[in-house]
Amino acid sequence: MNADFYNEMYDADGTLRPHYRVFADWLAAMPPERRVRKQAEADTAFHRVGITFAVYGEKSGTERLIPFDIIPRIVPAAEWAMLEAGLRQRVKALNAFLHDIYHDQEILSAGRMPAEQVLNNAQFRREMVGVDVASGIYAHIAGVDLVRAGAGETYVLEDNLRVPSGVSYLLEDRKMMMRLFPELFSRHLIAPVQHYPDMLLENLRTVAPTGVVDPTVVVLTPGAYNSAYFEHTFLAQQMGIELVEGRDLFVKNETVFMRTTQGPQRVDVIYRRLDDDFLDPLAFNKESMLGVPGLLAAYRAGQVTLANAIGAGVADDKSIYPYVPEMIRFYLGEEPTLHNVPTWMLRKPDDLKYVLAHLPELVVKEVHGAGGYGMLVGPASTSAEIEDFRARILAAPEKYIAQPTLALSNCPTFVDSGVAPRHLDLRPFVLSGKSISMVPGGLTRVALREGSLVVNSSQGGGTKDTWVLEN
Amino acid sequence: MLSRTADHLYWMARYTERTENLARLLDVSYQMSMVPQSVAAQNENWRAILALNSLETAFAEVYREVNVENVLRFMVADAANPSSIYSCVRAARENAHAVRGAMTAEMWESVNATWIELRQQDFEQIVARGVSEFFDWVKLRSAVIRGVTFGTMLRDDTLHFIRLGGLLERADNTARILDMQYHILRNGDEGASDFYRWGALLRSLSAFQVYRKVYRDAITPGRVAELLILRGDLPRSLHACADGIVRMLQLVANSASAETQRQAGVLHAGLHFARIDDVFAVGLHEYLTDFMDRIYELGEGISQDFLVPA
Repeated sequence: MNADFYNEMYDADGTLRPHYRVFADWLAAMPPERRVRKQAEADTAFHRVGITFAVYGEKSGTERLIPFDIIPRIVPAAEWAMLEAGLRQRVKALNAFLHDIYHDQEILSAGRMPAEQVLNNAQFRREMVGVDVASGIYAHIAGVDLVRAGAGETYVLEDNLRVPSGVSYLLEDRKMMMRLFPELFSRHLIAPVQHYPDMLLENLRTVAPTGVVDPTVVVLTPGAYNSAYFEHTFLAQQMGIELVEGRDLFVKNETVFMRTTQGPQRVDVIYRRLDDDFLDPLAFNKESMLGVPGLLAAYRAGQVTLANAIGAGVADDKSIYPYVPEMIRFYLGEEPTLHNVPTWMLRKPDDLKYVLAHLPELVVKEVHGAGGYGMLVGPASTSAEIEDFRARILAAPEKYIAQPTLALSNCPTFVDSGVAPRHLDLRPFVLSGKSISMVPGGLTRVALREGSLVVNSSQGGGTKDTWVLEN
Repeated sequence: MLSRTADHLYWMARYTERTENLARLLDVSYQMSMVPQSVAAQNENWRAILALNSLETAFAEVYREVNVENVLRFMVADAANPSSIYSCVRAARENAHAVRGAMTAEMWESVNATWIELRQQDFEQIVARGVSEFFDWVKLRSAVIRGVTFGTMLRDDTLHFIRLGGLLERADNTARILDMQYHILRNGDEGASDFYRWGALLRSLSAFQVYRKVYRDAITPGRVAELLILRGDLPRSLHACADGIVRMLQLVANSASAETQRQAGVLHAGLHFARIDDVFAVGLHEYLTDFMDRIYELGEGISQDFLVPA
């Protein structure tokens, strides 16, 4: 037991935590050959179903399986109740912030945030100023990354408000656990998660443009070569709606249609899994072959809802992140339930000076980065890597933020050498429409490399089923 | 449904059907190559398979000699040959992958598993186990995919476009196999071996027992042609395919498809009311060539009306 880290299964004395007791007995009684057989069964099933993801930068068409670990992350009911309340609060404030900065900008005039941080941000979309979106919701689907540090306290690592992915793994992991070990589900009261697609569809229907009675909802994908394509098809299929690509849609009289075998059909809500820049070649990236010409005009005219909204990225930007607690105080008049990780902003000379002097202890991230690409984990890096990163920081300090290296909590995980603790995080998916809803728990990602703190699947991360126990 | 979705499903079905028929064609050629004959005559048969797919040039770029082994390797396992079984299974899988959400999980899994299993066998292993076993495996996988399609898919346009693609491809392939074998048989050595060759042709289209049942008589070229072209109750006959195409087109019809439906109706009527003597009066090769041209035209029409609308 390494006392520097919070272990989800054992306390600091090595005593089993009460909510893991039933599981630990079950695991101890399982013959090793059964476990090996079950793990192989899981791999075969995942391959067969095609639950793979494409890896950028590798040989084109490389499809990898995301490793799945059979030891679940178990969350007691009371702990989840606290997390859920904190998530509701945070996402509510983020939506209020987005509405505000694209309208009256009260938070800026009140001097609670530096205006240039927002208005000069690349993710701030001037096209959205003054545009009224359905129900005033911008971040319909938020994937909030939570981590637990040394003393057991929870931090929000980042708010993903653009096109957060991973929910399909959450659902498939649960399906797999139920298939492999049905007996576990009669021994525990585990909160169900499989209704997520229904909740998502209902959420999307409630944000249809005003006056549309029976909205047509579609999922917009960049196509089969996108790393999250499996998830796009999965969600469209589970919701029973069309999965469209940009070329399937066209805009006429500021109205969006899809090409069907029975002629054009109107589209009211687009759950888009495509970044802002690629949505409309007329308005954004002119080279984009993935988008729909005229989509922005139709959107601004209120003829179609995009989920998430164009411009939502300004609220999950790493340079805006330090101000989220202030948003919660400003819009809701409440104190934040979930903590932010202390963050140095390298555009500030004092912060820059401190960070450059402490690089080997810190995590440095690109402000606009995602997916675990382009970051420095100081304690895990060689001095050459650190010096290389130092040069990149000095070239453009405003592009980076730094945070203390969090002692991410860990959980026993099957690895080549047996069972060993590996670090993990948790990504719950929060849906906002007429109201806020979520399925209990989220996607647990686990860093499979010993000592690694990077859980992203693109960096060798795996997943675990997440159980929220019902009392 | 989305035009693009229909397009992928239609091509998934075409490639799946094409894979099966290619296995049938190669299998019958392989069976026939065991009938006593000169090496030159044998290699002529393999050359005909390349010609059937207009692949002589592509083949000659990689292989020196037209013989059993080279043609089998080229047509079974060569990833660079777009008409090989390997490439057709891959194309079927890629089309399915693009719209996997539009089909049942079982269906996607059966298409994907076929591709995964195929990738695990190299040509040497296939030869070592016997190529006929491999062709049986291909036919079995095709039967599994077809069975899962019929057994799990909702009877809506998704299924209709899958059916349409399969039927169009089958019509073309049956005509092609018949045309080629008939040509070889007509030009080959006369004699007792003909019985085996006609038998092998019928078997390749799963029509040998049917022939016995229907005619209860010796195998003659005229009756073989009649069975494979005009019998409405033989599932791989041209007539049966045309029946299905007309029916599917009625089910998916839209405001743009009247002309395509008319063409399909004309083609169907011709098969429905024809006599085999009329076919031979035109000349079998000419008749089949005309038929394949019309199937091609139908494919173009379906594409414009439904799959890739302007």
